[in-house]
Amino acid sequence: MKLPDKQGHFGQFGGRYVPETLMPALLELEEAYNHYRNDKEFKDEFAYYLRQYVGRPNPLYFAEKLTKRLGGARIYLKREDLNHTGAHKINNTIGQGLLAKRMGKRRVIAETGAGQHGVATATVAALFGMECEVFMGEEDIHRQSLNVFRMRLLGATVTPVIAGTATLKDAMNEAMRNWVTYVHTTFYVIGTTAGPHPYPVMVRDFQSVIGREVKAQHKKAEGRLPDYLVAAVGGGSNAMGLFYPFLNDKGVRMIGVEAAGYGIPTGKHAAPLCAGTVGVLHGNKTYLLQDRFGQISPAHSISAGLDYPGVGPEHAWLKDSGRAEYVSVTDEEALEGFKVLTQEEGILPALESSHAIAHVLRLAPTLAGDKSIVVCLSGRGDKDIQTVADAMGVKL
Amino acid sequence: MGKISQKFQELGKKKEKALITFITAGDPDIATTEALIPVLEAAGADIIELGVPFSDPMADGPTIQMASERALAAGTTLPKILTMVKSVRRFSQIPIVLMGYYNPIFLYDVKKFVADAVAAGVDGVLLVDLPPEEAGDFKAEAESRGLDVVFLLTPTSDDGRIGKVARFGSGFVYYVSVTGVTGARKSVADSIFEKVAGIKKRIKLPVVVGFGISDPVQAGKVAASADGVVIGSALVKLFEAYRGDELKQRLADFVVALKAGISQGPA
Repeated sequence: MKLPDKQGHFGQFGGRYVPETLMPALLELEEAYNHYRNDKEFKDEFAYYLRQYVGRPNPLYFAEKLTKRLGGARIYLKREDLNHTGAHKINNTIGQGLLAKRMGKRRVIAETGAGQHGVATATVAALFGMECEVFMGEEDIHRQSLNVFRMRLLGATVTPVIAGTATLKDAMNEAMRNWVTYVHTTFYVIGTTAGPHPYPVMVRDFQSVIGREVKAQHKKAEGRLPDYLVAAVGGGSNAMGLFYPFLNDKGVRMIGVEAAGYGIPTGKHAAPLCAGTVGVLHGNKTYLLQDRFGQISPAHSISAGLDYPGVGPEHAWLKDSGRAEYVSVTDEEALEGFKVLTQEEGILPALESSHAIAHVLRLAPTLAGDKSIVVCLSGRGDKDIQTVADAMGVKL
Repeated sequence: MGKISQKFQELGKKKEKALITFITAGDPDIATTEALIPVLEAAGADIIELGVPFSDPMADGPTIQMASERALAAGTTLPKILTMVKSVRRFSQIPIVLMGYYNPIFLYDVKKFVADAVAAGVDGVLLVDLPPEEAGDFKAEAESRGLDVVFLLTPTSDDGRIGKVARFGSGFVYYVSVTGVTGARKSVADSIFEKVAGIKKRIKLPVVVGFGISDPVQAGKVAASADGVVIGSALVKLFEAYRGDELKQRLADFVVALKAGISQGPA
């Protein structure tokens, strides 16, 4: 069976649960995407910008010191943090930006949590000469003031969202509302593999450059496929990008790492795959944090980019089908991951990526020295310095 | 025939248009909603739409977002709303349509929800984020029990989508007069008359118009070309400022004026 089906379903997950106003826009987007994904000129232009502007391919770096310290599997870092703008988000925004241009849309909007996707969208808007408005929860605006200023420097309007919990989910609601209102002129650049069809597929495809590069680079380094892929999962775009090209390689184990926040038993976490239930939010059916009446619960994570109560529908499918495993790490463990990578390798990981590193700290020592782990270092940690300092009780 | 279709037939005979009033169930609490339904009916409402509050109302403007937050803060849940409707049926048979988002119903369980809603006396359901493409299971269940499923059409809907709603919808069709979210607006676009006429050519169901209609003059203008008018945010706005008897009186006065505006037709 080929997934997703024509309406964007991965088994029971995914689909298109949106107001009627958006249905024609989604159908138009799907048609355009299906056309251009096979269009040579589009593909060449996408590849050109990834190479010349983003700086791809980025390295698959062998973390020798970290490997030695943990005394188990060989650890490779996929260096998405070295991309222009400092995270994997730009891969997707280049793709959607090029698509928006071809569809004749002069205005792009985006939601953002940590600000990385907002920055990546604002960057592409500047590059392609488009108007840009980014919706961001007021809570996140305080946590990520550096990225807010970056977006404004890039010419974007950053609109604070005060409704609900004032975080990523509410920013997404507000972006949807804006899209409903300005659908004729506006392209909604969704930053993760969630939302209504075709977004989960489209974002996955644009991000799957990560996994394709890893496949070739690991082959060159080790002469074979990796044994484990590890990536942080908020909405799930860096993980999907890494996993997707390996889905049919049965020997490769895939582990998505969710944010356990203060710990799953406290209820203050962002781990819908590990501790959520199935529901419908933001246009797709997936695992969610919600109460038994279907009201969405606020998520919590030290990392603003993981602070989301849902997850992409393809991850929900991969979980239920058993093809991928999902685990969680707490804020505290993520901070430990942050510190260890910084000290051992001289690389400051984003707090999102620090969750993946934290799981590797647990996993690697349990594996033999001839095994390999590829971990997606989805972004760099400069944006999180203030948060880390606060957590360590250091006043800057 | 369901109560909704009956109502439109009755109105049709009298050459009247339907006034559909929307309030959020449980705003500010469920007892108030129960007390307000007969007030709205006595003042001239023909059909009651009850918003089922949801934490993430992505098609609603600030007025209904805040109403949802007030209702949720008061502990409103779908089971409580059904219990309240059942209680209303002791003294009122006005058609009641629940309007909201799919997730609370999905969590309740679609089959159980349809059975319980019909048993409570709900006549129709409108789910903003459940387009015909995703509504298969829900529609089949509702149809088997005689619960009307109302769909939205919008300025962006083309003939293909109008055709889909013609096949799937029952009770009435809700035409969203603006490309946008719910909320009162200063004027109504002239383009809606042409669009409603186009929809009426293709769909046998009554077509009502809502989103953005905020006063009796606008309501009269819109009603002239449609089978009914939905007033939501303009009513819900009153809940921000008033409570108790004053809220009742203000709502009643407003609904009386709306009904008069609709009866008079375009100014």
